[in-house]
Amino acid sequence: MPPALKIVLAEDSVLLREGLVGVLTRFGHEVVAAVGDAESLTAAVATYAPDLVVTDVRMPPGLTDEGLRAALALRAANPALPVLVLSQYVQRTYAAELLDTGDGTGVGYLLKDRIGQVEQFAEAVERVAAGGTVVDPEVVRQLLRRRRDPLAALTPREREVLALVAEGKSNGAIARALVVTEAAVGKHIGNILGKLDLPPAEDTHRRVLAVLAYLRG
Amino acid sequence: MIRTVVRDVPRAVAYLLSGVLIGASLLVVLLVLGTVGLLLTPILVGLPLLALAVLSGGPVGALERRRLRLAAPGPALPDPHATPAEPGLAAWARLRLTERATWRELTYTGLFGFVLWPLDALVLFGALGVSGAMIGAPAQLATTSSADGDARIAKLWLIDSYGQALLCTAAGVVLLLALLRPLVLYARARAALARLLLAPSQAEAERRLAEVTRSRARLVAAFEAERRRIERDLHDGAQQRLVSLSMNLGLARLDAPPELSDRLAAAHREADQVLGELRELIHGIHPQVLADYGLPDALADAADRSAVPVELDVDLPRFAESVESAAYFAVREALANIGRHSGAERAWISGRYAGGRLRVEVRDDGTGGADPARGTGLTGLADRLAVLDGTLTVHSPAGGPTVLSLEIPCPQR
Repeated sequence: MPPALKIVLAEDSVLLREGLVGVLTRFGHEVVAAVGDAESLTAAVATYAPDLVVTDVRMPPGLTDEGLRAALALRAANPALPVLVLSQYVQRTYAAELLDTGDGTGVGYLLKDRIGQVEQFAEAVERVAAGGTVVDPEVVRQLLRRRRDPLAALTPREREVLALVAEGKSNGAIARALVVTEAAVGKHIGNILGKLDLPPAEDTHRRVLAVLAYLRG
Repeated sequence: MIRTVVRDVPRAVAYLLSGVLIGASLLVVLLVLGTVGLLLTPILVGLPLLALAVLSGGPVGALERRRLRLAAPGPALPDPHATPAEPGLAAWARLRLTERATWRELTYTGLFGFVLWPLDALVLFGALGVSGAMIGAPAQLATTSSADGDARIAKLWLIDSYGQALLCTAAGVVLLLALLRPLVLYARARAALARLLLAPSQAEAERRLAEVTRSRARLVAAFEAERRRIERDLHDGAQQRLVSLSMNLGLARLDAPPELSDRLAAAHREADQVLGELRELIHGIHPQVLADYGLPDALADAADRSAVPVELDVDLPRFAESVESAAYFAVREALANIGRHSGAERAWISGRYAGGRLRVEVRDDGTGGADPARGTGLTGLADRLAVLDGTLTVHSPAGGPTVLSLEIPCPQR
């Protein structure tokens, strides 16, 4: 059982807010504050010093991207604060802005659709809180679709591995997902980094960032 | 000559005759309104009546503009009046009383009631009355009741034999034929005077055009606002509920007994599928990124979703919402067309802002032959750009490549 997290939650829809509190509580976490707008989010973070912030993108008063703006401001003030942004949009611009804060660790950008897969959602929450990076598979898929050229060199299996890497999964998790050995995953990743002209690095977070930075470019 | 007789004369007669009838009744109305109004002015009731008399030019003008088509076939003259900016009788009356068109109409109404219709009657009678009486001489002679067996034609000539009567008829026919042309000319001059006073002036015509342009822009803006409202409603309503449903299904699956879990899983998959479809639908209605980040990111997003790989070269500031969305939807339509019809391998989007003009170009390496006249999508986009004074051009020779470019003059936001 992973450690219980102190979480500040910001979501303007009461329905979803209650639902999220339910899911997070079900997985043993403590939602210390559940708020409905960006201003209260900032205040709650100052008050509770949470282990993780979970926020919606679109929030009052403007109903544009206030939640994301607040998250970016919180990260700017405290780059070590883990933030998971929930969004209705497959939008790499939002994800990219988020990844550009701090050193890009301890952030997540997930589609709200993912919350329904409660176990995976709980995993993502824990991964971000632990300093990992999580980018929604749908966003990654879009990035992969766009940058066809350099990725054309990759085999289908390597592309699969790259997508899982971008989601912030460890070699072990990727091995389990693809039902191969961890050594095989390591070899695939070496090949991918080679083909994409990225020098191999030990740190798994840097690995994700390197791939994403390349895809963003 | 024959044409004049067959076509123009009946029109001229109808125009003048109806003018006489209307003018005579108008005279009565004007006299009553004017007299009663003036008499009642000391007790204030008269003032509205006088205002009514001034405004009587309006309906008379409208009627006369229609009646002009008797004299000269074709579309009716446009209304020279402006549309009031605000509702209400007071605003309407204020606008009407300050318009030049109203006073021109009043001038015409006065002329019509006091001068023109008697003149019309005189000309009609002069041309048709005298010659008609002369042509009818034999009949008059036959029915005469005078003791001498003679008749006075048109109160002028005395005749007493059928020989004279026939001569008179012949002279009458010649006179009639000679007068037909002047009759037609008079009717035309009469219509020209009416047109002069009742047609919109150059400035009024221009103002009308500006009004139409503005109302078209308002329509497009309303359409755009409605789009945003639908997007917002779906986003805040259906989408949130579906996420909540999916979440509850997810939680239920955690604790469900094995015999239920398969069915729950199926329901969950379905909910997630609907959620995905709804997300794409909402994005199609109006992508949030366009409002939040502007054209460069929205175009990059459109490129991401394109079936054909797209290279972007876009360097643009922010513009008014209407400009950004017109440009965005034009590019998206272009990309959709490229994906569907062009057979292209690649596409390029470039966007620049210079000299107060936004220019966006979408190019592909496809087979060309796109015809903007055939595709309703492109026509709709061109209309939308036209509202902003923008233009859409499609250059697509057979064999390719196709270049779609749009230009919108606009200030930077």
